[in-house]
Amino acid sequence: MADDKHNAQAYWQANLRLIIISLVIWTVVSYGFGILLRPLLAGIEVGGTDLGFWFAQQGSILTYIALIFFYAWRMNKLDKEYGVDEE
Amino acid sequence: MSQFAINMIFVVGSFALYIAIAIWARAGSTKEFYVAGGGVHPVMNGMATAADWMSAASFISMAGLISVGGYANSTYLMGWTGGYVLLAMLLAPYLRKFGKFTVPDFIGDRFYSSGARLVAVACLIIASVTYVIGQMTGAGVAFSRFLEVSSDMGLIIAAVVVFMYAVLGGMKGITYTQVAQYVVLIVAYTIPAVFISLQLTDTLLPPVGLFSEHTQSGVPLLQKLDEVVRELGFVDYTADVDNKLNMVLFTLSLMIGTAGLPHVIIRFFTVPKVADARWSAGWALVFIAILYLTAPAVASMARLNLMTTIYPAGPTADAIQYTERPDWIKNWEKTGLIKFEDLNGDGRIQLYNHTPQFAEKAAERGWKGNELTVNNDILVLANPEIANLPGWVVGLIAAGGLAAALSTAAGLLLAISSAVSHDLIKGSINPNISEKGELRAARISMAVAIVVATYLGMNPPGFAAQTVALAFGIAAASIFPALMMGIFSKRINSKGAICGMLAGLISTTVYIFLFLGWFFIPGTASYENIPANWFFGISPLSFGAVGAMINFTVAFAVSSVTEKPPVHIQDLVESVRFPRGAGTAVDH
Repeated sequence: MADDKHNAQAYWQANLRLIIISLVIWTVVSYGFGILLRPLLAGIEVGGTDLGFWFAQQGSILTYIALIFFYAWRMNKLDKEYGVDEE
Repeated sequence: MSQFAINMIFVVGSFALYIAIAIWARAGSTKEFYVAGGGVHPVMNGMATAADWMSAASFISMAGLISVGGYANSTYLMGWTGGYVLLAMLLAPYLRKFGKFTVPDFIGDRFYSSGARLVAVACLIIASVTYVIGQMTGAGVAFSRFLEVSSDMGLIIAAVVVFMYAVLGGMKGITYTQVAQYVVLIVAYTIPAVFISLQLTDTLLPPVGLFSEHTQSGVPLLQKLDEVVRELGFVDYTADVDNKLNMVLFTLSLMIGTAGLPHVIIRFFTVPKVADARWSAGWALVFIAILYLTAPAVASMARLNLMTTIYPAGPTADAIQYTERPDWIKNWEKTGLIKFEDLNGDGRIQLYNHTPQFAEKAAERGWKGNELTVNNDILVLANPEIANLPGWVVGLIAAGGLAAALSTAAGLLLAISSAVSHDLIKGSINPNISEKGELRAARISMAVAIVVATYLGMNPPGFAAQTVALAFGIAAASIFPALMMGIFSKRINSKGAICGMLAGLISTTVYIFLFLGWFFIPGTASYENIPANWFFGISPLSFGAVGAMINFTVAFAVSSVTEKPPVHIQDLVESVRFPRGAGTAVDH
């Protein structure tokens, strides 16, 4: 039982770590590149405008998709590693 | 064949399909009615979620908003998609593991309090009812333009169709019709966009076309658009914004609001496993992104097309004669959504931004004010006509707009009726109700919800336009934080959760009322709704994120000075965190 508890604790910590990493990326692409840091990216030209504009209208959405699939793949693997998956 | 006949074929054909699905997918139990039996494939659920989520606002209004606002309105693109990351990581898998039927179910159980459950029911009903009014009026507009019936008549037809598949099939019927509706709406949205992208940039994919060269002028499309609108006194399409705080908070409010909308959350109760809930959120965003990546392309290309229509020889030359205006302008003038007023009497249509800065130039050219008013909402609907596309594309747009409005309306109505039959009737008023009785109660609440929504759609309260702000504000400030704290903290107790939800709800509605009128009654606003009056430059639309922070803070503060939640509740939190055993949790 103590082992189970330890295991469960470690699984939850791994999940939280993964969420934090993902949400940092989520923040950087949308609020960072797309909004607040846009002036810094102004020099990088993309199709008649700058990289910040691209992130605000396309880049952030593409990153979100990648993030969710990465999270789902990683968590479904962790479920099995820690033996908490559904049979 | 006349355009009317073509539209009729598309709309009637799609409706017949929805009704056929409804008859095939009747619900036989409450589990089928509330969560489609819990066996929906994750990809299919992703598609249904996309249709559920993308409303008349996404389909009809969003491209128009971006077209007018340019970069500044990228908030809608990021805000209405970024919420799915939150859903996938912070809510959907755990709520699926919890394995019950409604959002208030979880809040009531986790915070071991029927008070918390009732507050959640109230938030859900306010958010969903305000949202559904917009869908019904959207369906009415689409009907009146394309089928030449009065918009009231259109609304009644729409209501009857929703009634048939939602009351009969519940979540099961809604799921399969939403899949069909997704296909209709995405085909309708992308086909005209591909044509326009080919016309303007010689690029097949609109999202690529957005950043490509404008074939006619040889400069990048966005640069060309900037040059044209600048010449006419508008702000550059790609111009940066000054009030970044407000842009950040507005985006955040839309994201948290999206993740907190009950009709979206309950879609994730229908998949077989926790792992599927995670995949399903990814698939939902893929299907949503197809439209959301196309929309900004449509927005910029349609704006350029409009300008070229009005100024065929370029913005520095004369505008088009009113008598030579194209047919699509004539068609939309009839609906009142395009208006022309010849202010300087020269018989030409001057479309420009009449600001003090531009006054000198306007006087030079003999202009006495902007003469053409174009409603944002017609952009997508008129797109095929502006680009001279064949009649069947127009018919497709009609069916697509209706699919977007009806699929969202059905999802919202299910969220409302399950809150009434499951949380109010079974959860509070009559806990001993039989399975059969509850199913009947669910159907009756659904029918009543449809009648109320139709009535409100026909007689929209004066505040119809502002209601979406309220729906997102409430979802962001009350429902999302309560759910998230319920999963990620074992320390939040019932008192903390209730105080937090009320604080978030009240602060957000009060802030909205201050600027948009108390209870939206015109003329009662305490401050004029202009940026100079907003506290710290935060618009009422952006306040949901602040309300959510207030909710979190109050809930933590109150919980920390009151007792810990009982042990069985801490065990419940522990159990939703681990996927094992989700299958059995469903059969309660």
